[in-house]
Amino acid sequence: MLKEEDKIFKNLYGKEDWGLKGAYKRGIWSNTNAILARGNDYIIEEIKKSELRGRGGAGFPTGLKWSFMPKNSGKPHYLVVNADESEPGTCKDREILRNDPHLLLEGCLVSGFAMHAHNCYIYIRGEYYNEALNLQKAIDEAYEAKLLGKDACGSGWDFNIYLHRGAGAYICGEETALLESLEGKKGQPRLKPPFPAESGLYGFPTTVNNVESIAVAPTILRKGAKWFANLGNPKNTGTKIFSISGHVNNPCNVEEEMGIPLKELIETHAGGVIGGWDNLLAIIPGGASVPLIPKSICDTVKMDFDNLLKVQSGLGTAAVIVMNKSTDIIESITRLSNFYKHESCGQCTPCREGTGWMYRIMKKMIDGSVQLEDIDKLDDVTRQIEGHTICALGDAAAWPIQGLIRHFKPEIERRIAEFNKKKEVA
Amino acid sequence: MKHPGMINIVSDTSNEIFEWSERNFSKVKIVIEKYPAGKQQSAVIPILDLAQRQNNGWLNRSAIEKVSETLSMSFIRVMEVVSFYSMFNLEPVGKNFIQICRTTPCWLRGSNKLLDVVKEVTGCNLGETSEDKKFTLVEVECLGACCNSPMVQINDDYYEDLNEDNFRKVLLKLKNNENINKGSQSGRRGSSPEKN
Repeated sequence: MLKEEDKIFKNLYGKEDWGLKGAYKRGIWSNTNAILARGNDYIIEEIKKSELRGRGGAGFPTGLKWSFMPKNSGKPHYLVVNADESEPGTCKDREILRNDPHLLLEGCLVSGFAMHAHNCYIYIRGEYYNEALNLQKAIDEAYEAKLLGKDACGSGWDFNIYLHRGAGAYICGEETALLESLEGKKGQPRLKPPFPAESGLYGFPTTVNNVESIAVAPTILRKGAKWFANLGNPKNTGTKIFSISGHVNNPCNVEEEMGIPLKELIETHAGGVIGGWDNLLAIIPGGASVPLIPKSICDTVKMDFDNLLKVQSGLGTAAVIVMNKSTDIIESITRLSNFYKHESCGQCTPCREGTGWMYRIMKKMIDGSVQLEDIDKLDDVTRQIEGHTICALGDAAAWPIQGLIRHFKPEIERRIAEFNKKKEVA
Repeated sequence: MKHPGMINIVSDTSNEIFEWSERNFSKVKIVIEKYPAGKQQSAVIPILDLAQRQNNGWLNRSAIEKVSETLSMSFIRVMEVVSFYSMFNLEPVGKNFIQICRTTPCWLRGSNKLLDVVKEVTGCNLGETSEDKKFTLVEVECLGACCNSPMVQINDDYYEDLNEDNFRKVLLKLKNNENINKGSQSGRRGSSPEKN
């Protein structure tokens, strides 16, 4: 279990003051100037050494991403923080935004400085209205205390942070769609390359990072990359906020060490599965986009990027959705299919048409009114969508269904048989 | 009927002309200044949000035209944004715009039961506005408060940790114009692992 002193998010539940005074008490903004004085390269090197991997789902090494930003481009650079948290099951960034906004703001300054950026936009999902109010108030406080703005923290570096509210589109969590949206257009992903580090917001070098990735940076720089790298497993280091939802006794967000066994995570923090561990059916370990894993895998799997990849799933955003034996597993995944159908931006044909097609078949599968061969056909269609779209939404729509077919094919077949039997009787 | 945010046709029926209120006009300036000179198109989402708030929760043709004029954008570019994002309503909504989350994490914890309660109290089916214009009821996708599920958004605020009883209380209070506390209805703090 993670020691109290190793926790980065000390006000995750909002028990203390989220404002500037509370932030000072928790050590945020203390001597930020000294961190900046060590220079851009030092900061990027240190984040690389910490082996921090992006917390937004893909798990790309954060330090490496920062190092892609050009050094002497002569153009304005932008840092964009992705606070468009919409992955079903995920609600970790919300707690940072409303309960510890200064942690994020300090991270913006430090990482923005490292990337030669003077301006930072925080793109927050439109539905997080009250969270945006807190964050804006925190930004105002920071400007007033001269922590932001001209000569931020007395470092000689000018740094501005602007809050931008979205308007309800899951796809804007994809980094290039987010940039499009920030430019005042429909949030439809761009083709890559060029990558944002070369041509991002308004065509200038831009880095888009998740809230949690940015918020942990100052603490890593204060305590040292070694401290962070010693937590968790190699290449899967540090601490992570896990959002545990669904059929557990106490659903919660909790910061834990990477690589914690899934069973231990649920039993220590979330009060266990409703009806006991043996009542567990399956778990989606990383937000709606990753394939589910059945109980037999949940018994032993450890929660980090590489271990979950080995069992053909993923850590994603570390949103653990627990389903016990009372769950209609097919309807559960069908609802996710409906979600992707609703959120597809409509740009690429395989995704626009495929998400609707998959949803309609899945809906029929709930009561078994499909043919046996439709299972393989559905699986085949998911593979035709996967990898054939501009962004990963197509993949994300395909994987939950692939996971269902991989682990629960007998259940789908049973329903088809049952449906046919009923039809015969009638 | 559809979610008013999912409609793609602009309403021409009302003859009301939209003009910025003085207060909102000064806000418009502050918003545009967040973006570099010449990039005022970036402000389209926040400005549309302002217009929608001024116009009782929805956007008619006149409001959209006003936004395009304010930002020197063509009407169709603004319309693209309005129809793409689900938070912009193209039909009038009731005083309390109730959005029930239906995605898996909320569904696992009983969002279906909430739907029954809200239909009974408001007398609305999904996509409908009550006759007294007090409620509009819609279903939405994940609102990102899954550890406090099931949850519902009413206007700007989240109501979390709901069950049939406390949700009914919330709705009845709204019906009687009484004050209600937003956030968790079970009294727990944020998403802490306390018993609820």
